[in-house]
Amino acid sequence: MPAKATRDAFGEALAKLGDRYPELVALDADLSKSTRSETFAKKFPQRFFEMGIAEMNMIGTAAGLALAGKIPFACSFACFVTGRFDQIRISVAYSNANVRIVGSHAGIAVGDDGYSQQGLEDVSLMRSLPNMAVIQPADDLETEGAVEYLCRHRGPAYLRTTRQKLERVNPEGYRFEFGKIVELLPGGADAVIFATGGEVMFAMQAAAQLAKDGLSVGVANVHTIKPLDVPAVLRLAEAAGAVVTAEDHQVIGGLGSAVAEVLAEAGIGKRLLRIGLKDTFGESGTTEELLARYKLDGQGIAEQAFEFLRA
Amino acid sequence: MATALSTSSAPGAEVARLQEIAGRLRLDIIEMLHQAGSGHPGGSLSAIDIVTCLFFSRMRHDPRRPTWPERDRFVLSKGHAVPALYAAMAQAGYFPREELKTLRRLGSRLQGHPVASALPGIEACTGSLGQGLSVAQGMALASKLDGGKFHVYCMVGDGECQEGQIWEAAMSAPKFQLDNLTLFLDYNKGQIDGPVPQVMDLEPLADKWRAFRWNVIEAPGHDFQALLAAHDEARATRGRPTVIIAHTVKGKGVSFMEHQIAWHGMAPNKEQTQKALAELTRGANGKGA
Repeated sequence: MPAKATRDAFGEALAKLGDRYPELVALDADLSKSTRSETFAKKFPQRFFEMGIAEMNMIGTAAGLALAGKIPFACSFACFVTGRFDQIRISVAYSNANVRIVGSHAGIAVGDDGYSQQGLEDVSLMRSLPNMAVIQPADDLETEGAVEYLCRHRGPAYLRTTRQKLERVNPEGYRFEFGKIVELLPGGADAVIFATGGEVMFAMQAAAQLAKDGLSVGVANVHTIKPLDVPAVLRLAEAAGAVVTAEDHQVIGGLGSAVAEVLAEAGIGKRLLRIGLKDTFGESGTTEELLARYKLDGQGIAEQAFEFLRA
Repeated sequence: MATALSTSSAPGAEVARLQEIAGRLRLDIIEMLHQAGSGHPGGSLSAIDIVTCLFFSRMRHDPRRPTWPERDRFVLSKGHAVPALYAAMAQAGYFPREELKTLRRLGSRLQGHPVASALPGIEACTGSLGQGLSVAQGMALASKLDGGKFHVYCMVGDGECQEGQIWEAAMSAPKFQLDNLTLFLDYNKGQIDGPVPQVMDLEPLADKWRAFRWNVIEAPGHDFQALLAAHDEARATRGRPTVIIAHTVKGKGVSFMEHQIAWHGMAPNKEQTQKALAELTRGANGKGA
């Protein structure tokens, strides 16, 4: 199966689901070609609203559509859409509107465009809002399942997709289960890596590499960051020697923080390594260069985990 | 409809009826704010006549069925004026009038700013200014998708028009030809830090909305006949949304509150409340205001 960007899988899924869910509508803020909401727009032009470069208004409009019974997917780059935090906070989350906020171009892997286009704080922002679910699929199958689920989900949700292609990590016939961690690679006597989105395939690569160094490392795919699958986090953490998190996002407020909170509250005294952007901005470069520089590719995760486990 | 009352009654009688209702609602606003000990009388009193026109004459709604899909929507974007909305809703029968006393109290459905999930009949959470017009636009789009079964009303404040999001929505609503969206702009010319022209002038305000391709109507905001006429002209307009710029008086109906910025966000004490109620009662009996 060729690698596929989750934004592509998103656009295709939305267009496919439009027939089955007549209330499904989409909005974009002049980035429909990039977020791939265009795929839906071409098939359902009457149910697509081009809002221009005005994300605040797009979010509010999506809230109104939802409050009147529609299922709107409001799309833009992760950084821009979640940057309109107050609109999401009041018009969407507080109103408990069935809005799906879709942030594409997640993380540093966006590449050449540089930090201003890289969503690196979006999960942190969305996770802090009551009512808001946060989903980040790891491959095309999971994206399709997540989008289908979001047509049925009650309440607001944030979906984070990637610009870069991702190798498939789930088996054919995979069924997305909201709020459930997927144990992709069991084991983990030495460590378990909780990874999300584009980092899941890299975590798998890292685990394979660490195995060559004699380390037993498991991988858990956290596609639903909120609500977090707390029982699974605790169970896997208990069974592992140490805990690693991996995300293409700031370690402050993202998956790393979510896992740390759960471990600390449960009193599980396991060491924790949070892999991600360490309180720093992104920059320009190719996707590969940036993932290498910030140690977010398979090699980078393996190196950091190896150092951590050896210490 | 339970409260969409006959519009065929003689204009004079209709105006007198609405005046009488608005007078009672003003009493409720003052009492409610006094009980609460905080809140916003100025903008509630400037808005109440418009709210009265909608809830007791022109809006198609049914307080017994607050989730009726075909009801007209009213989004109070200037959420701090919610005492005006609560007073109208209680009078219309959405909830017991007794509950007005719970405004701003712990556990009350009558939150300090409107909360959709708390109280049936509140259409959206507002209170962070600038957001309600976009929400109303989304509802109007949904109505259009479903064959145009309901109309959407929104009210914004004048100071609120300093928010950039208002102008994003101003740009988009004509694009979508939302003739099922009517905006009331409560132009009471005062905001917390002072008179609107001093804080951040909006003029030429009507020209701005015209430039954004809205149908613009200016009306005296406490003249029921003019408000009803403006409303009906808005509803008859096709192909674009209407903004009714209602020239209002902050604190309207209570002499010592009128035009006084200090009454933007301050509740009356016992003595002030008695004075206000006495004035309003005289007004309601046709001897003043």
